[in-house]
Amino acid sequence: MNKLTTPGEAVSKIKDGDTILVGGFLMAGSPETLIKALLEKSAAKDLTVVSNDTGTAESNMIKVMKEGRVTKVHASYIGANPMTGQMLIDDPDSVTLYPQGTLAEKVRCGGAGIAAFYTPVGVGTIIENGKEKRAFDGREYLLETAMRGNVAIVKATVADKFGNCYMRGSTKNFGALMARAADYVIAEARKIVEVGELDPELVTLPGIFVDALVQSEDTYGR
Amino acid sequence: MDAKNFIAARVAKELNDGDVVNLGIGLPTLVANYVPEGVHITLQAEHGILGAGPAANPGEEDSEICNAGGFPITVLPGASFFDSATSFAIIRGGHVDVTILGALQVDEKGNIANWMVPGKKVPGMGGAMDLVVGAKEVIVAMEHHLKGSPKIMKLCSYPLTAVGVVKKIITEMGVMDITRDGIVLTELAPGLTVEEIQAVTDAKLIVSDHLKVMDA
Repeated sequence: MNKLTTPGEAVSKIKDGDTILVGGFLMAGSPETLIKALLEKSAAKDLTVVSNDTGTAESNMIKVMKEGRVTKVHASYIGANPMTGQMLIDDPDSVTLYPQGTLAEKVRCGGAGIAAFYTPVGVGTIIENGKEKRAFDGREYLLETAMRGNVAIVKATVADKFGNCYMRGSTKNFGALMARAADYVIAEARKIVEVGELDPELVTLPGIFVDALVQSEDTYGR
Repeated sequence: MDAKNFIAARVAKELNDGDVVNLGIGLPTLVANYVPEGVHITLQAEHGILGAGPAANPGEEDSEICNAGGFPITVLPGASFFDSATSFAIIRGGHVDVTILGALQVDEKGNIANWMVPGKKVPGMGGAMDLVVGAKEVIVAMEHHLKGSPKIMKLCSYPLTAVGVVKKIITEMGVMDITRDGIVLTELAPGLTVEEIQAVTDAKLIVSDHLKVMDA
């Protein structure tokens, strides 16, 4: 099974109306080669983007958004991407903000077969609007539901051709979480090695989660 | 020493040896510069680091090791990296001893508002809501007022970040504990009177019987 492909081929699987889970925290771990391919090689529109922060002004995501192809965003912090901020002003329903840990747990649950969870975060704030509130041992919690996507795009430092991914340092953040919660997963890797060359002890994301693998333009080592 | 550094230096005295500490963006990051000798803390960064160190030297930046603001940093011996779900299990699960962060408003019930000003561009709450709910101790470190307009309130008017979580407020004017009875002024900055600090505070301050001079 050959997962290695081109960015253009990989993003051709993205369809109108898809929900795309995007790894990364600001620019750390942001799959910029794949976002650029989404911009240049795909015309998919009416997209929902799930991302911690939708990147910074440096990210190609801002250009995809400028083309009007993103109609809904789920994020935690959008202060570094002025386009997302503008979307929220133009149409408050187009951007949903979550506490960062709640967003991470929603996606973790989405990939782990858990339908929903209770969290104390957001109780007594506008986050609780419309959500079930329940007390456990005298403390109040909000019911939050799991989140999944049609596609996930993530970035690894090193991947083998089976798709095993090593995400180094502080680039781990949302990458493996997003990849486990989507039907079709594209990983770009800064360095791609043969099967057997990546130490199993270093695997952040097992290869079974990855459907397509692309060489990142941001290369690592060698 | 300017006001921000004076606040940071005083906040650093609240830290205990062995504490796991999360510092908010802005003024709170200065606290790391004033940790007392003999006190060793572990800095947690919300996107997945325990043991975060100082900024990377020019020419030694590593794009895969950065702080929660996206800037290249170093890590100290004993550091670890992990994903965001683990990071927020650490935060929400009560494994962070102290979080120090700024605020737009704090009130006498310990409520904090620090993520949105109605009618202005909304940056999002990021990890702030999780941090103030999950950390064992929440210290607000901020300038006391905004051009004379109080930030320490009877009741917050801005959208809340969390309810009843703040126990201590440290500003350039004084140190305050939030108690069941209200906000108790325990330390006052040198040269200030209680009347002067009360004039820029919306909540009624209760002056401690043991009021001390604030010393950074």
